[in-house]
Amino acid sequence: MKILVPVKRVVDFNIKPRVKSDGSGVETAGLKMSMNPFDEIAVEEAVRLREKGIASEVVVVSIGVQQAQETLRTAMAMGADRALLVLSEESPEPLAVAKVLMKLVEKEQPHLVILGKQAIDDDMNATGQMLAGLLGWAQATFVSKIEIAENRARVHREIDGGLEELSLKLPAVITADLRLNEPRYATLPNIMKAKKKPIETLNAADLGVDMMPRLQILSVAEPANKKACVLVESVSELVEKLRNEAKVL
Amino acid sequence: MTEENINDSERESLIYDVVIVGGGPAGLAAAIRLRQLSSEISVCVIEKGSEIGAHIVSGAVIEPRALAELLPDWQKQGAPLETPVTTEEMFYLTPTGQMRIPMLDKVMPYLANHGNYVVSLGALCRWLATQAEALCVDIFPGFAGADVIIEKNRVVGIRTGDMGIGRDGKHKPDFQPGVDLRAHYTLFAEGCRGSLTKKIIAHYGLNQGADPQTYGLGIKEVWEIPAENHRPGLVQHSFGWPMDDRTYGGAWLYHFGKNLVSYGFVVGLDYTNPWLSPFEEMQRVKLHPVFRRSLERGRRIAYGARALSEGGLQCIPRLTFPGGALIGDSAGFLNVPKIKGTHTAMKSGMLAAEAVADAYATQRVEPATFTDRVRHSWLWQELHAVRNIRPAFARFGMRAGALYAALDTMVFKGRAPWTLHFRHADHETLRAASLCQKPFYPKPDGTLTFDRLSSVFLSATHHEEDQPVHLCLKSSSLWKTVNWDVFKAPETRYCPAGVYEVLDEEKAPTLHINAQNCVHCKTCDIKDPTQNITWTVPEGGNGPNYPVGM
Ligand SMILES: Cc1cc2nc3c(=O)[nH]c(=O)nc-3n(C[C@H](O)[C@H](O)[C@H](O)COP(=O)(O)OP(=O)(O)OC[C@H]3O[C@@H](n4cnc5c(N)ncnc54)[C@H](O)[C@@H]3O)c2cc1C
Ligand code: SF4
Repeated sequence: MKILVPVKRVVDFNIKPRVKSDGSGVETAGLKMSMNPFDEIAVEEAVRLREKGIASEVVVVSIGVQQAQETLRTAMAMGADRALLVLSEESPEPLAVAKVLMKLVEKEQPHLVILGKQAIDDDMNATGQMLAGLLGWAQATFVSKIEIAENRARVHREIDGGLEELSLKLPAVITADLRLNEPRYATLPNIMKAKKKPIETLNAADLGVDMMPRLQILSVAEPANKKACVLVESVSELVEKLRNEAKVL
Repeated sequence: MTEENINDSERESLIYDVVIVGGGPAGLAAAIRLRQLSSEISVCVIEKGSEIGAHIVSGAVIEPRALAELLPDWQKQGAPLETPVTTEEMFYLTPTGQMRIPMLDKVMPYLANHGNYVVSLGALCRWLATQAEALCVDIFPGFAGADVIIEKNRVVGIRTGDMGIGRDGKHKPDFQPGVDLRAHYTLFAEGCRGSLTKKIIAHYGLNQGADPQTYGLGIKEVWEIPAENHRPGLVQHSFGWPMDDRTYGGAWLYHFGKNLVSYGFVVGLDYTNPWLSPFEEMQRVKLHPVFRRSLERGRRIAYGARALSEGGLQCIPRLTFPGGALIGDSAGFLNVPKIKGTHTAMKSGMLAAEAVADAYATQRVEPATFTDRVRHSWLWQELHAVRNIRPAFARFGMRAGALYAALDTMVFKGRAPWTLHFRHADHETLRAASLCQKPFYPKPDGTLTFDRLSSVFLSATHHEEDQPVHLCLKSSSLWKTVNWDVFKAPETRYCPAGVYEVLDEEKAPTLHINAQNCVHCKTCDIKDPTQNITWTVPEGGNGPNYPVGM
């Protein structure tokens, strides 16, 4: 069984991005970029399935700028076997990504696609669902446990107030939630090995996918600063403030 | 230190001709030079930051001299030296006024910045790393050198830190043992107060005959300011207020890049008043009209701190030992009066590379020609000419020291027939808290001045919480009787990241260590009065994540 894992290069989760001074977006120049943490979880799960002998090959793919290569190398240092890089303008939208992935599914014929449930930069939470829709495959989102047997995947989904257990027919699309696993550290010897693993580079245009954005960002703003706390002297002052300043009474 | 005990079956090892610890200007310049000299020598660089540049804090006005020797076509290759210095001002500050020092190029010629550039050193290091990689240097960010491997009294490599050990010392499910990187030669390029360098110096007694090293702590902010206030290439320095005459220190403010300002403050760590807080000094100097002018209406976008070696020539240890050498700020090659260490770090790395290539070709264990190469280079001349200036400040105070410096420079032109020495290590200089006055520090206003925690937040510091505390307090009773009883916990004030906190001050004071905030500046390792605190490497990739402006 082959597993395809799409990975996205995003601003590192430790970095506090700031809004550009003209409000047109987030300043990303010169910031540390890393693999989307949910994608790391997806890679880890795929590699574990291969280590258990359930999967035979793990192929990772990234769609974006040339530097996304580094993200692919990281995935291969974690254990993925080979990588595809689809070059495109910075930050394509979920629908375009899903369409590219559909083309790659046709090319690679995987039985399972595991994605992160969402990317931490735009928090769209849409690509996996769109891909399943385009392919007409079964899907399970927010997954915290995967078991594969007899051409079916048995999964736990994290839902409000509990877990949902589903069984899906393969091929399927699964999106990974935080508790699915704890990704491993890439070791130095594995980083060395990953340098020698192949990356095949393609162009989005050659796949015949229209990457034009369909969404327009009107403006981006930083959350308002928290107001300083004040100590009130008495209940009447509190009521007065709630009524006249906070206007909630 | 690991002495001939590597039979750990779990542990893997990689073999290189040369291993370089630290991806700063010194380490990267050495790597590039080595591969330029010989394409047979395999080289790797490890860096504890999550990427190259992630742990670099510098001014930085840099002299491109060493860079031009290393990569003559640096301009064509797009090195990020974009803002030439245009205007230079030095101020003596009083609480409300300032005096601009006239004829700067005569009184302080070492400060002349003609032909220099205001840069982000983090950006320059990232660029140097791409140059090194193009020469097939393996660069491994996210890996910290945790131990030195010594066999038969020869350094044969280093061991990277284990990953996935819990706070209790037990292995977690994702445990990965560190890897042994074995090499013919190991270069230590850890910057100021390197944790492995410290072990090497102690093991081989490299500092015998040298003065005790003296340090400074630099705390920096990057601001983005409105375009109409931005004067690219403006370089300002100050001394005087708020430091008293016995305390070495001053502020810098550089305009560079696209509407960016680098602002910061350096305090000599030989300061005596345990109440002094370098962080709060740095904050309050922004309120002075000289600096306020630039920063008002701007927003702060980055924060960081790092110690620097200030001793100069008198403090440089023996540079080589069997199997390797110390380079850059690890050895103390910083020109303090110039406030520049990048070009000297790079030059020392290049000279070490030449010595190593030579030793490799002739199969010698120690790259001993490094020392001679340094002595016959401009690096030595430069440090020799300014060798008396910093010790004069230490000995005579700021005002008399400044006079001495002018005399030494203008009359003797750096060739005075004597050399002044440092008498004390920085951890020996504090006076009892009861004998010293508390400075008054204004409350942060949240627009120009800030508190520690909101600052650390901007350094994007991350440490895996479930790991052993990387700041090792050897004895808590010693902390109580010395740090608390005599000095009233100076670490709570000098640490720029709010790592140290005293709990239960009234009844049973104890030191609490918020290790996850540590920005790896190394000040506690330097200044703790009994050297009771030792800085060790946390998991590789942990620590600050400084953006490109740093
Ligand atoms: C506040 C401040 C302002 C300065 N201003 C200027 C200026 O204007 N102009 C100028 O020329 N110079 C300036 N300097 C000095 C200059 O920054 C240093 O001299 C120079 O960076 C030294 O280079 P280095 O390579 O020796 O060390 P560093 O630049 O400190 O680099 C050392 C690298 O090694 C890594 N490392 C350390 N230990 C380990 C380990 N055990 N394992 C793995 N990696 C490790 C560190 O993370 C770091 O990336 C300033 C310094 C400071 C602190
Ligand atoms: S704990 Fe020590 S090394 Fe870390 S930030 Fe504080 S003073 Fe610097």
